[in-house]
Amino acid sequence: MSVLTNNLDLFLRAFGQTLQLFAVSAVLSLVLGTFLAALRVSPVPVFRGVGTAYVTVLRNTPLTLVFVFFVFAYPLLEILKIDEYTAAVVALSLYTAAFVCEVVRSGINTVPVGQAEASRALGLTFTQMLGNVVLPQALRSVVPPMTSTMIALLKNTTVASGFAVFQAGNIREQLSDQGDNVLVGLVWVAIGFVILVMPLTYVQQVFEKRWSVAR
Amino acid sequence: MSMVLFDVPGPKARIRHKIMAVIGIAAVVAALVYVVMRFIVTDQFTARRLDWINYKQIQLSLVEAIGNTLGAFAVGAVLALVFGAIFAAARLSDHAWVRAPAAVIVEVFRAIPLVIMMFFFYYGLPVAGVKLSAFTAVVISLMLYNGSVLAEIFRAGINSLPKGQSEAAYALGMRKTQVMTFVLLPQALRAMLPTIISQLVVLLKDTALGFLITFEELLRWGTRIGGDAVNFGRPMISVMIVVALVYIGLCLLLTWLATYLEKRNRRNKKVIKLDNDDAGQVQLGNASAAVGGVTV
Repeated sequence: MSVLTNNLDLFLRAFGQTLQLFAVSAVLSLVLGTFLAALRVSPVPVFRGVGTAYVTVLRNTPLTLVFVFFVFAYPLLEILKIDEYTAAVVALSLYTAAFVCEVVRSGINTVPVGQAEASRALGLTFTQMLGNVVLPQALRSVVPPMTSTMIALLKNTTVASGFAVFQAGNIREQLSDQGDNVLVGLVWVAIGFVILVMPLTYVQQVFEKRWSVAR
Repeated sequence: MSMVLFDVPGPKARIRHKIMAVIGIAAVVAALVYVVMRFIVTDQFTARRLDWINYKQIQLSLVEAIGNTLGAFAVGAVLALVFGAIFAAARLSDHAWVRAPAAVIVEVFRAIPLVIMMFFFYYGLPVAGVKLSAFTAVVISLMLYNGSVLAEIFRAGINSLPKGQSEAAYALGMRKTQVMTFVLLPQALRAMLPTIISQLVVLLKDTALGFLITFEELLRWGTRIGGDAVNFGRPMISVMIVVALVYIGLCLLLTWLATYLEKRNRRNKKVIKLDNDDAGQVQLGNASAAVGGVTV
């Protein structure tokens, strides 16, 4: 317990950084992922090809490799100088966007074709059809897996600890430098993540139960 | 392609699509040209920076690194499958005192980041006097995390089978173990196989986290060779392209196996038709919802 209470400041700061990293990457990956999903369902083959290629490459590459690329390899190209924090955000966003894209796309695909056809037959415009018919139904099947993707992103922020970005994964180094008990410290970090993740899992289950009945 | 959003295009729409296709191709080509230009301008592919490929020593160490990655994957996968089977069985148990602790363990290990687990086993345990090698730490962490996820997949698979299957088996006088091994598991395993393999892809990718605890796997090999400024002038780009290709190749191979099994499955006449057609869908839905994010 003393490991936690003596270093409460460190723990709070580190987890604050974790949440910040998570929030920024979450927003960016949601935007990019939705855009990619739009590419993947577009009627233009080239756009679909680009979307598919992106998702295939990023989903089959370890996140650590994406990090290594942006921290060690990208600076050699001398395009735009970015610090480690930005590199971490970029790596997390690009990686997670591939998964967000798949979630959104499969969500859209779960809506039966008849729904859109019926709304077109009723004379709804494209925006009306999307806003009033397709998206509300797609959203139901998107939210639970999207929550899982975001939980994974939250946990993935710890990968940044290998790349000089301060967050919860670095608490160990600090404790080790101070000569504190690393074992106990890591248990507290783990508990911290369990506390952060559990409510999300709970919310996800609630949505899943409520919405699976409605369909 | 999603037919939900669009009608069959008419003449105007077709022209619009063609124009967009041209713009799209132009944008892709421009992006590729820019990247290749950056490669050339910063001399990424000069003879000196590609020289590392010619050394037998380095080729051998590459093979060894891939071997280490695959070794951790193989051992981790087997252990995770065993762990998953045991805890799925425990979570499906009729006894609350078995079910409850198993549920807690599975939920907790799914919530802890793999990196923290690896740190725990590699940096944490020595404090308590237990010294583990990097390989052991990686494998144990992979087992605990992916095993917990697999346990959820197994459980979702068994739960999604029609109730009539187990009821019929009980009516025939089978015992609990018999119902599970002869009736439920064979059906559930078939339906779950693609999901299980995609989790194994995750496990394969996660071996790269061993990089953070100095496990000598493919990625660490890459940073070592790629960071060699003295002999090769930091060929990080070319080395990382090779490493990425190896990872993508290995993962696609596994994914391909999953699709192959799925196809073979559908052909197989022995599959018992589930009572309502979407039971398989429900299972996949459940599994992917329960696990979906974890596949990240």
